[in-house]
Amino acid sequence: MSIPNHGHDATASHGNLRSYFAGLLISLALTLAAFGAVMTGKVPHAARLPAIVVLCVAQLYVQLVYFLHLGAARSQRQNTAIFICTTLLIAILVAGSLWVMHNANVNMMPMSMSAQDAINRL
Amino acid sequence: MTTLGFWIYLMSDCLIFAVLFATFAVLVGNTAGGPSGKDLFELPYVLGETVLLLLSSFTFGAGVLGARASRKGQLLLWLGVTFVLGFAFIAMEVHEFGALIHEGAGPGVSAFLSAYFTLVGTHGLHVACGLLWLAVLMHQVVRYGLDGIAQRRLACLSLFWHFLDLIWICVFTFVYLREFL
Repeated sequence: MSIPNHGHDATASHGNLRSYFAGLLISLALTLAAFGAVMTGKVPHAARLPAIVVLCVAQLYVQLVYFLHLGAARSQRQNTAIFICTTLLIAILVAGSLWVMHNANVNMMPMSMSAQDAINRL
Repeated sequence: MTTLGFWIYLMSDCLIFAVLFATFAVLVGNTAGGPSGKDLFELPYVLGETVLLLLSSFTFGAGVLGARASRKGQLLLWLGVTFVLGFAFIAMEVHEFGALIHEGAGPGVSAFLSAYFTLVGTHGLHVACGLLWLAVLMHQVVRYGLDGIAQRRLACLSLFWHFLDLIWICVFTFVYLREFL
């Protein structure tokens, strides 16, 4: 599937019709599997979240490789490196936000009085 | 170099979406007595939207292959098909938003719905911009031919279009499917 280098820049590594078609079929299969896992009820409840997360990550990977042509090829190394750095940032950002907000929720003083009560007591 | 710069822009766009996803995840439980996602979303409809986007990614790829082979007709045909698929996606999304607002589940009802409309709406806005770009690029190819400039712009739009697919995969997984676990 590697295409001879014609001296193009970073976008030059691209697929052929077969690789695009393969990407489409795999993506459709992973999408149907994810919707099926939730809609058919054949997957036990505890296993559903891990299932859809794994299918999501798998499909992201498939699309990055087949459609965006990320990889270790020389022409794609810069793009791939930038992508990996961004993924790291996103992981810190999303996991950090959820962690901090979860803690804030758990540690907040229980509020037995309504906002109106609090105003009346002033 | 242009495509590298464009890729860096896309990664910054990715951070915008990451922040919106984090916001959505924090606010998803805050329905303020209003409807939750489980009451509102219809999975078969979302599956339809997803299939449209996936198909459009393939047809865009087919167009790019036509451009690489300097087949202008093939490029325009596939870009046209991509435009129709993308437009159908946007039409479905606008219809979905309209139905939600009509049911009394607009963005002002709860923090959950604000976050939902912001996240999914931002993606929709990106797709709409992609459609505009697609139309302009097709016009450019018809008018000025398939020169180096058009090729470079096509390469950037290709990255943009496939990138929106990635975001949508996260949207249907974490916004729609997660509600029905």
